[in-house]
Amino acid sequence: MSDAVFDRPLARPLASLRVLRQVNAALRRAYVPIGILVVWQAASFAGYTSVQTFPPPSAIAVSFWQLLTSGQLLTNILVSLTRVFFGLGIGVGVGTGLALISGLSRIGEDAVDSTVQMLRTLPHLALIPLMIMWFGIGETPKITLIALGSTFPIYLNLFSGIRGADRKLREAAGTLGLSRFETILNVVLPAALPSFLVGLRQAFGIAWITLVVAEQINADAGIGYMVMNARDFLRTDIIFVGLLMYALLGLVTDQAVRFLEKHLLAWRPNYLANGAAR
Amino acid sequence: MIATVTGERARVEQDVAVAVRGLTRGFGGPNVLDRISFNIAQGEFVALLGRSGSGKSTLLRTLAGLDPAPAETLVVPGGRAVVFQEPRLLPWKRVWKNVALGLRGPGVKPRALAALEEVELGHRTNAWPLTLSGGEAQRAALARALVREPQLLLLDEPFASLDALTRLRMQSLVAALWQAHRPAVLLVTHDVDEALLLADRVMVLDGGKIAVDTRVELERPRAHEDAKFNRLRRELLAALGVH
Repeated sequence: MSDAVFDRPLARPLASLRVLRQVNAALRRAYVPIGILVVWQAASFAGYTSVQTFPPPSAIAVSFWQLLTSGQLLTNILVSLTRVFFGLGIGVGVGTGLALISGLSRIGEDAVDSTVQMLRTLPHLALIPLMIMWFGIGETPKITLIALGSTFPIYLNLFSGIRGADRKLREAAGTLGLSRFETILNVVLPAALPSFLVGLRQAFGIAWITLVVAEQINADAGIGYMVMNARDFLRTDIIFVGLLMYALLGLVTDQAVRFLEKHLLAWRPNYLANGAAR
Repeated sequence: MIATVTGERARVEQDVAVAVRGLTRGFGGPNVLDRISFNIAQGEFVALLGRSGSGKSTLLRTLAGLDPAPAETLVVPGGRAVVFQEPRLLPWKRVWKNVALGLRGPGVKPRALAALEEVELGHRTNAWPLTLSGGEAQRAALARALVREPQLLLLDEPFASLDALTRLRMQSLVAALWQAHRPAVLLVTHDVDEALLLADRVMVLDGGKIAVDTRVELERPRAHEDAKFNRLRRELLAALGVH
């Protein structure tokens, strides 16, 4: 679409400018965090903050490097990631299944919705004592908690997405001779996909929060374990590395969902406007 | 050809595409359609006029099978296609996939592409529907209907939300497509000129009954300047309560 503009001789040198602008757009999100780091380092350098209780970015970077090269960091990240992977996998699976049952049929709604809505009011983190009683202190209670927490955002969003599918489009699909199953596949589920992705993003957020809490209880590996251990040895720098890892993982997964949205929802006007259409 | 033929309806003549006998529809209040009866011949282009709320869309929806009706009041062909006032394309499917939706058998894609070519959308087959203009989207909807080679084409005010120039182009496109494919057509509209430009026969629906049912004996292509055109126009407007 915009290529027509750049085919004009006068506008052609602007093509390289466009690349610059795209790079700039990508970096723009990083300016403020980088600024904060610079101020933080400067404050520590000037002696405003204690290196022991509030280590500067450089000290954190050093211990990050040590943890990375010793292999500790990756091992712990892998443990944490595995918990989130299985917990979220189960949560998304169950949430999707329940939403399909109650979204696609009235009987299903009667059977499932009220129960899910009741369970939803219970803060899942309140179940930690129960989880420990039932499942002990291994991986099971941690994964179960993450699964529980991420089920509800998926369920709620997908359910409303399914129910919100445009009746007129379903009607049109009917006149084209699509069976009920084909209509669900071609009309209802694609219409619900944007809501599902919103739910997925929320589920990721809840999964990370749950992980943080679950990992601080009786864990013997994982980022949370690393952080709690560092507290016992007064290693504030390692605590910061742990926090950084949580933030980084949160960011990465958020980007992953964004990427998914961009490809699965390429037909949407907000993505079309970016020229992703053609 | 005829999908549901029962009892005495079996004696309906061979060349009849649609037979309606004593169709009544109501939603609690006075009947929207009150014991309506008419035929549409195969290949006949019928325009249905009426004021807002006169039940013309209800009648079309009943013929389309979107609203229920007792089997003995209705004989319609199995091959039906509808074009609505809005294009109703699935925004997450590319244009040609929308046209191909629900098609069975071999050569689905070439058939869809040929239909798009016919409505002069050959250059937009891979576009996302939301990037189409109003006229383009409605042409895609028309292609989606025609690719099914319907015996009955139901048009529910298909040009109502288009700008005046686009509407004129669409009208002549529909005329050409009808000449080429010869489905029976029921065009619901409140545009008298549109009805007279396109239809073999015009019906006016008023108070749940067919108030006017008249043949349009005009040479095609038709012109607004024609004296007979204007006389018919005045008659129909009068029937619609516009003087």
